[in-house]
Amino acid sequence: MWDYTDKVKDYFFNPKNAGVLAGANAVGEVGAISCGDALKLMLKVNPATEVIEEARFQTFGCGSAIASSSALTEIVTGKTIGEALALTNQDIADFLGGLPPEKMHCSVMGYEALQAAVANYRGEEWHDDHEEGALVCKCFGVDEGVIERAIRVNKLTTPEQVTFYTKAGGGCLTCFEGIEQVLARVNDSMVEDGLITAEAAYRIGSVDPRAMKAKAQPKQLRQPKVDIDRVMAARPLAGAAAAPAPARMAAPAPRSPAVSPLAPSRPAAPKLTTLQKIKAIEAAIEGLRPYLKADGGDCELVDVDGDTVQVKLSGACVGCQMASVTISGVREKLIEKLGIPLKVVPV
Amino acid sequence: MKPVYLDNNATTRVDPQVVAAMLPYFTEQFGNPSSMHAFGAEVGGAVKRARKQLQSLIGAEFDHEIVFTSGGTESDNAAILSALEAMPERTEMITSAVEHPAILALAAHLEKTRGIKVHIIPVDAKGRLDRDAYRAALSTRVAIVSIMWANNETGTLFPVVELAEEAKAVGALFHTDAVQAVGKIPIDLKSTAIDMLSLSGHKLHGPKGIGALYVRRGVRFRSQIKGGQQERGRRGGTENTPGIVGLGKAAELAEQAMHDEVTRVRGLRDRLEKGLLQRIPNTFVTGDVDNRLPNTCNIACEFIEGEAILLLLNRAGIAASSGSACTSGSLEPSHVLRAMSVPYTAAHGATRFSFSRENNDEDVDRVIEAMPPIIEKLRDLSPFWQGAGEAPAAFKPVYA
Repeated sequence: MWDYTDKVKDYFFNPKNAGVLAGANAVGEVGAISCGDALKLMLKVNPATEVIEEARFQTFGCGSAIASSSALTEIVTGKTIGEALALTNQDIADFLGGLPPEKMHCSVMGYEALQAAVANYRGEEWHDDHEEGALVCKCFGVDEGVIERAIRVNKLTTPEQVTFYTKAGGGCLTCFEGIEQVLARVNDSMVEDGLITAEAAYRIGSVDPRAMKAKAQPKQLRQPKVDIDRVMAARPLAGAAAAPAPARMAAPAPRSPAVSPLAPSRPAAPKLTTLQKIKAIEAAIEGLRPYLKADGGDCELVDVDGDTVQVKLSGACVGCQMASVTISGVREKLIEKLGIPLKVVPV
Repeated sequence: MKPVYLDNNATTRVDPQVVAAMLPYFTEQFGNPSSMHAFGAEVGGAVKRARKQLQSLIGAEFDHEIVFTSGGTESDNAAILSALEAMPERTEMITSAVEHPAILALAAHLEKTRGIKVHIIPVDAKGRLDRDAYRAALSTRVAIVSIMWANNETGTLFPVVELAEEAKAVGALFHTDAVQAVGKIPIDLKSTAIDMLSLSGHKLHGPKGIGALYVRRGVRFRSQIKGGQQERGRRGGTENTPGIVGLGKAAELAEQAMHDEVTRVRGLRDRLEKGLLQRIPNTFVTGDVDNRLPNTCNIACEFIEGEAILLLLNRAGIAASSGSACTSGSLEPSHVLRAMSVPYTAAHGATRFSFSRENNDEDVDRVIEAMPPIIEKLRDLSPFWQGAGEAPAAFKPVYA
């Protein structure tokens, strides 16, 4: 079991400021369901004073993710926007009495949600570091900018630490060399700035990626993980569609699958422009339509309003007793593809 | 309140009778079983007794087909490495996408360092092996097939008896990692074509650090631990006598309890599943529910994360396990659930309850009572959960 501080446990077991904040005028959403971490931070900012008067959160994630989110809401309440922006992920971790190194990315997620919420308050498109550099880790959608900032703010000097703080390299590890290069470059500039010593700075080639991968799987409640990319290569795609439905004990299986199976795919980058979001939703729905058509039904996108996606069911789907299941399936597929919370409404 | 332990696929409590059987072999029966004097003879007899107890449990034809090892991982490694060494003209192996890391990590290593071609056979949404892909991979280039008997996460059973016959047809050796199956379902090896089988003591109420590899008589075997002539030269090193005695006793008790395992324990498991599925929406059982271990239940709860479930269960005095990434630090959810194409929305929230003969109805009642409010609490926190009002009564997972 993770070595959580008493304060982390308290903020997990008794989270403060959890739930939806009605009337929030600053909302930041980061993370993705594929990564196992997502956070929606909601703030009520006084426009006259720019003081954050109230903060609430919703988190999909582990104990430290929930605790970090809750801590963040406590930290920012009463601060001005300017003061809040000066916070770092380390402030969140410090507030909690520290986090296990492997869980530091939870505090980074809080930091990013805050940045996103402030951008939303100001009516700006949040330009996170994801757009400032090349995509380094494809598994978790981590870009160069995120890695650079995490290294500098937290004085990171090993690839393993980069993984703990950003998740980059936590999957297939094919990005190891990319992480190494960014780390060495940023460490060099930190040496020049007097932030770290030359001895502490990372040198390319000084860590074996295989050893790092083994080390990245430390405390386990269950069986150790395996090389996921290798195993996933053996995953069925079309073959899964023919698989019989698993038995359900609570309710009978529907007449036919409302939405046919598709292998889960990684979501798009979590931050999308409105146009990108609409295109991604359109593409996801297009991917589902052949299965609906096979059952004599159909579905098309009508409109996207914030997080609400309006769709129109037609053909056999209209009046079908399983229409709600179809809608649920569409919603799940969209969430999976886009990695953000969405509501799907039939119109 | 008494804690509820439902993580028996991770490890089991050592049976007090096993402990009692082991104790003398730490003290008065301390001789080396290889010694020629009376001290050694008595201990040597105990090792032989344990061998017979294991032989009986797995239905081996001869007791000398049992090679004692340090556990499942060593047995798995020994089987595969031995086969590749014994048949150097064959440079391929076959395994499945849902094997234990003791197999998959070794296979990856062999591929990288020795150029062994590894066929990883996919599974379907229920975790069942793709038989067509398996047959396509079989050839006279394959030295060894290693397919688990039962999956540790979902309990899904593999048709290893038939798979072994097919492997035999091309002259490949067939090994099965039966660590989760031995002691839980009846096994009769002598009537099969299975060449090697791995088992582990701590999965059947025996001690940790002891296991065995069944090697069918006549199978070419190459020792991986060089040393003395212990285990007929198939594993050097002085025997872990207390562990071996404990494993033997555990095997004897498991054989006696087999009926209980496949009837009463299955009943407990089924009642738990039914109770949870009735009370918690957007929840489903993963794996092949009609063909799985009687003690294993892996339930996926949508839109929440497994570590959080485990922490809250732990606070309620209930021990379970999870397919969540966050419990391991590897960041990726269970490779088994991903190989089954379980969506991320559910894979992160999968919770495994694994029973043993020590569980009872009270344990089931405790979980059925504790779990719904835990899931409700976490879903209330989740940005992906839109409320039970939208959860369809007959929810059907997308991947099904």
